[in-house]
Amino acid sequence: MQEKIGNPPVEQEFKWVGTRQVRPDGIDKVTGRAKFGADYNLPGQLTGAVLRSPHPHARIVSIDTSQAAALQGVKAIVTRDDFNDQDSEFVPAGEMLVNYRDVVRNVMAREKVLYEGHAVAAVAATSPIIAKRALKLINVEYEILPHVIDVLDAIKPDAPLLHDDMITTGVEPAPTTPSNIAKKVEFTLGDSGAAFAKADVVVERAFDTKPVHQGYIEPHACLADVSEDGAAELWVCTQGHWIVRAHCARLLGWDVSKIKVNASEIGGGFGGKTVVYLEPLALALSKKSGKPVKMVMSREDVFKASGPTSGAHIRVKMGATKDGRIVAAETELFYQAGAFQGSPVGPGAMCAFAPYDLEHVKSVGYDVVSNRSKVAAYRAPGGPISEYAVESVVDELAREIGMDPIDFRLKNAAKEGTKAAYGPQFGPIGLIETLEAAKNSDHWKAPLGPNQGRGVASGFWFNIGGETSVTLNLNEDGTLTLMAGTPDIGGLRASLCLMAAEELGIDYPKIRPIIADTASLGYNFLTGGSRATFSSGMATVEAAQQIKTEACRRAAQLWDVPEEAVLYEDGYVRPAGDNAGPQDPMHISEIARMAGKTGGPITGVAKINAQGAAPSFGTQIADVEIDPETGRATVTRYTVIQDAGRAIHPDYVEGQFQGGAAQGIGWALNEEYIYGDDGKLENPGFLDYRIPVASDLPMIDTIIVEVPNPRHPYGVRGIGETPIVPPMATVANAVRDATGLRFTELPMSPPRVLKAINEARAAGDTNLKV
Amino acid sequence: MKHHIQISLNGDPVEVLVEPSQTLLDVLRDELGLTGTKEGCGTGDCGACSVMVDNRLVCGCLVLGPEVAGKSVETIEGMAEGEVLHPLQRHFLEHAALQCGICTPGFLVAAKALLAHNPDPTETEVRYWLAGNLCRCTGYDKIIRAVMDAAAEMRQAPNARAELKDQLQHAGA
Repeated sequence: MQEKIGNPPVEQEFKWVGTRQVRPDGIDKVTGRAKFGADYNLPGQLTGAVLRSPHPHARIVSIDTSQAAALQGVKAIVTRDDFNDQDSEFVPAGEMLVNYRDVVRNVMAREKVLYEGHAVAAVAATSPIIAKRALKLINVEYEILPHVIDVLDAIKPDAPLLHDDMITTGVEPAPTTPSNIAKKVEFTLGDSGAAFAKADVVVERAFDTKPVHQGYIEPHACLADVSEDGAAELWVCTQGHWIVRAHCARLLGWDVSKIKVNASEIGGGFGGKTVVYLEPLALALSKKSGKPVKMVMSREDVFKASGPTSGAHIRVKMGATKDGRIVAAETELFYQAGAFQGSPVGPGAMCAFAPYDLEHVKSVGYDVVSNRSKVAAYRAPGGPISEYAVESVVDELAREIGMDPIDFRLKNAAKEGTKAAYGPQFGPIGLIETLEAAKNSDHWKAPLGPNQGRGVASGFWFNIGGETSVTLNLNEDGTLTLMAGTPDIGGLRASLCLMAAEELGIDYPKIRPIIADTASLGYNFLTGGSRATFSSGMATVEAAQQIKTEACRRAAQLWDVPEEAVLYEDGYVRPAGDNAGPQDPMHISEIARMAGKTGGPITGVAKINAQGAAPSFGTQIADVEIDPETGRATVTRYTVIQDAGRAIHPDYVEGQFQGGAAQGIGWALNEEYIYGDDGKLENPGFLDYRIPVASDLPMIDTIIVEVPNPRHPYGVRGIGETPIVPPMATVANAVRDATGLRFTELPMSPPRVLKAINEARAAGDTNLKV
Repeated sequence: MKHHIQISLNGDPVEVLVEPSQTLLDVLRDELGLTGTKEGCGTGDCGACSVMVDNRLVCGCLVLGPEVAGKSVETIEGMAEGEVLHPLQRHFLEHAALQCGICTPGFLVAAKALLAHNPDPTETEVRYWLAGNLCRCTGYDKIIRAVMDAAAEMRQAPNARAELKDQLQHAGA
């Protein structure tokens, strides 16, 4: 079931915006024509392959490539010696920061290998078989070091150190000895310590979550071609090809202008395709061999060497009065960063209490390194982890007070004017609307069966804007070509064409969109932070307005009237105002046809730093059924309610809601990185790292709430990330309702649930309901 | 040494040289240039490489190239007939049953196999049949609806597609 609720109620004022058109790239995707990262080939290309560390932590004593180099068919080999060291400098990558000193070490290990799967060398050969054989001929001498995997183990004083010079930042005075804690962050409002005295009820819990992978179905892949003069072309599945260009230019020491990057169709990213892994290696191998080099990760490599998101240990303490007002809230967050600093603990700490209007808040976070692959952004990076813990405690508080969990949230909900603990004051936001829609939904009122329980939770994500370019070319027949630079992962091109069609009064099918390469369009920051529809949409509208202005100018010239006497309306220029002449309106296609005679091509070029991104709040409801025999929790009904600002293409808004919920259900019930005592990943494949399949899930109902963003021409809020924030708590609260037991460790997989049920039964726990 | 094999590929005879270790997926993608069939895992867990071999649904990554000698292979590239999309393809578009689209060819091939086997599946039957095809973007909701709707349309007008094709051919002639 799909519904839409507007506040204020939306009148049907648009012809195209808000309609459900078939996406322009659709046919290619149902016929197999669409070209993804691994679908590009060039004549004479070589196959690139990566030698990866079998050890979680070891010093590299030596690397001998001589035997591999002597193998017939091997055309190039690269190791740490082929990349210059980089200074420590943090630069934005999506909503996360990367440090080039670390990036150069992550793409190719230097002094040490820091996790199983860490790249040590790469070869390019004339066939995949020869490349594989060559890897076996590379001799790496390791000095094996003790490793540490778990976040709580890594912060112990005697833990093996990953980086000898890591001094925790954000602590005064600075520590004098190194540790695995890269930094401490803190956000406070009021005096939470004192405010707990006013609470009638205080709930304090500790939670643990495991790293989970984005799980995009398309492994990382690229094709690099470097000519003898150093001009390079790259085809790659990425969320941001300008970011790939920047990273590769920096790591290789090449001019940015030398590298042209083409974004292929991208088979999912969810944040995981915002960083580089293979790209600099493929370019280096192509440069060295003088031939095109194609590299594709195996699924095992994807799990072992590309970023999952953090696992974490979280403490939350919240206090409320009997009448349901939260008076104080504190959290302490320990996030795994993987082998290099840069976990999303900052955003995690900022998000933690964002759905609530609170006076006394304290969030403290620690960024902790350990011998796992470096985390990458994953859909609302950091938010789902902290909000899982907070929303579980909110549920417990509501229970202790004896209040309905939606009413309890309504009583404390953030609204326009609320000052968030991390700084800003919210503009118009739709959290209350989502809670009211949840309360009024059929789902919330439906009866439950035996062994079933219902949970609710809310969530928040910031959303961002940023640098964006869009070019609209008016063709000579009145059709348009739209060039955007934010890779389209889930219907972006459709949404941009809808906004352009609306703005110009031209039919949607008359606009052909492309995702342009880095040499053809101005700079674009990546698709991430839920910014693509917001930012590229804003730029599209601006480019369309330039075309309208230019069309009016050309008509004024033709009609010999002042420009202000011409008006653009519904695809026509027409005389207007007191100066209006007797001319008939002219369609934009006529203006286009005569463009050559009236001054040349008509083009709209928007180059903006999009400001005014507005947060999206959501509330979700889950029903679960527990099998007391096996401990399996099955989601039997699910509803996602979220503020979209305005849904430009409702199908793809619903799709984001449903997809985020499904990923979150996997995170809640089944997904986890499992390490052995040897520090090696035990489940690097889809068989053992089991993401939800069709038979695991019910239909996922959606309610789109529209509280327009006043800073966007069509009211858009980013909506891609918030849907994954509430599910873990939503499901945990439903499991609590069904079993009577509070689970504080994810995933709530059958063995864990069964164990808890059996223990509660053995102990005669009267809370147990199954 | 390479094997010389002959297959029927989407109805057309094809000859190709294949390494003994090459999978059918590699043969399709690397030797025959048909990249519509995708590799998501290489271990038969994701279904992105779903193809039909002698009318049986298989993972292309789990079949060796030499094994399909003399057999009929159908891929996503053979699903539409000229400009006429298969009802499943059309309903996937109309339902927005894809986001990134990498899993879509595999889902379509697997769903077509389901409807050949069971023209009137329940929602649960669709969910279990497609449980071998992973999608990380959609949460499956719109995919299941698209398959159910396509099945309903095909039951009502089993010959509609052939008729439409005839009409188009006449119009073209």
